[in-house]
Amino acid sequence: MDIIFTLTLNGLAIGMLFFLLAAGLTLVFGLMDVLNFAHGGLFVWGAYTGLWVYSLSSNFWIGVLGAIVAGLLIGAITELFIIKPVYGNHVQQILITLGFLLVLSELIKVVFGADIKAVQPPSYLDGNFALGDLTIIKYRLFLIVMGLFVFILTTYILKKTRIGLIVRAGVINKEMVQALGINIRLVFMAVFMVGSAMAALGGFLFVNYSGTAFPELGIEYGIFAFIVVVIGGMGSFSGSLLAAILVGLAQVYFQYYLPSLAIAVNMILMTAVLLLRPQGLFTTRGVSTK
Amino acid sequence: MTALLKVDQVDTFIDQFHILQNVSFDVQPGEVTVLLGRNGAGKTTTLRTIMGLNSAKSGSVMYKGEEITKLPAYQIARKGIGYVPEDQGIFGDLTVGENMRVAMQKEDDATKERMEWVLNLFPDLKTFWNKAGGQLSGGQKQMLSIARAYLNENELLLIDEPSKGLAPIIVEKVMDSIQQMKEKTTIVLVEQNFYMASQIGDTFYILDDGTTVHSGSMDELKTNEELKKKYLGIA
Repeated sequence: MDIIFTLTLNGLAIGMLFFLLAAGLTLVFGLMDVLNFAHGGLFVWGAYTGLWVYSLSSNFWIGVLGAIVAGLLIGAITELFIIKPVYGNHVQQILITLGFLLVLSELIKVVFGADIKAVQPPSYLDGNFALGDLTIIKYRLFLIVMGLFVFILTTYILKKTRIGLIVRAGVINKEMVQALGINIRLVFMAVFMVGSAMAALGGFLFVNYSGTAFPELGIEYGIFAFIVVVIGGMGSFSGSLLAAILVGLAQVYFQYYLPSLAIAVNMILMTAVLLLRPQGLFTTRGVSTK
Repeated sequence: MTALLKVDQVDTFIDQFHILQNVSFDVQPGEVTVLLGRNGAGKTTTLRTIMGLNSAKSGSVMYKGEEITKLPAYQIARKGIGYVPEDQGIFGDLTVGENMRVAMQKEDDATKERMEWVLNLFPDLKTFWNKAGGQLSGGQKQMLSIARAYLNENELLLIDEPSKGLAPIIVEKVMDSIQQMKEKTTIVLVEQNFYMASQIGDTFYILDDGTTVHSGSMDELKTNEELKKKYLGIA
């Protein structure tokens, strides 16, 4: 029982990290029909910028803020100079964003150095505590809370605010949104920036979880975002949460019970979904809060 | 009288196809101007070009004396032009209320007043306020689309084939609502249903093969059997 609880908690924590990474991607795809392979670059830049700000301020939460701001800024630059010229052309999007992912990863080496960095979460989030017979690792619980907080906040914005309604309307019919007097370009940019900030936040939280940061982090983990988005359904926000949890749980359970299959499990899961339900498990046509 | 909208020698291409060729017409304030013509004559493209959703390659579109030809659609909409597209453009996953909220450029008293007026005009929208737009009937979708376009302080409404695909009884209802809107705003109406067009319209322009070929008052057209037969296929 103890091991099941531990594995589940760990799977949920990893799932939330995958969710933060994938949520931005699904928003960007749903609204803008953009395949952004540079998304992993935001993950690694969020991680390093957050760590840098954290080391300067000695305050974890200022580090979180630093990662978010870095995500917003790099997101704006990416949208303006990389994505904007290739709207409507998936092949060009894949090529240019893959190239930009490499550029972002190499720039980490230039700015922060190529060494692997050891990372330690703040003392109040480190260690564990007992709940009856169960041992709970604080940081994993923290990740679950953070992931849920971001999910609830974003869902609230999408469902209850006018800007959220505009985003959802834009997914359904961009032309009509413009004909109602709304500058869809600005909405695109805002969504891209928010999606990038989520990935950057995920990067910073991830390195505090894994204990190390390295420049290839974005290349290594960016693929998980795509797996989650494909499983959840391209453009489905809630689908990305459920798929991320599924991927996280599958990973930790296979690592424990069938370690030889652990690396392949998510790919197998994605392939099965593509074969049986190509639109994704929880899909709708656009950014859905359902 | 100065025209509210002046379309002058507009040419529009869609991909390699030359859809509008030298289209010109004026819209006088307070009138309903009807664009008539067979399928494929270029009526919808004309409205889309005015709205900035298709770009004119040459010619000009002037609204209240200001050149709007090259402006993006959102800026044209903000200048006071409302658009009801042929497919109604309803956001299917959003409720009726949410569709209206997206359209609302301001939340001032004047907008609230217009909202109240339009909901009295289309009480079905009030009844189905929390229903998803995609679940409405064809007539209700048309009402929502017209209501949404009217919500802002628009001096000109472009309405594309409001009767298309609707049952006759619903067409009557939509026609009646446009009659009432006519009292408050200027309208450019694209309509295949000649009966409806002739009941509402003040002025007409006939488009054929992407060109304006005839114009005049609707009363003249009603009695011109030859013109109706030649361009509208009405015997």
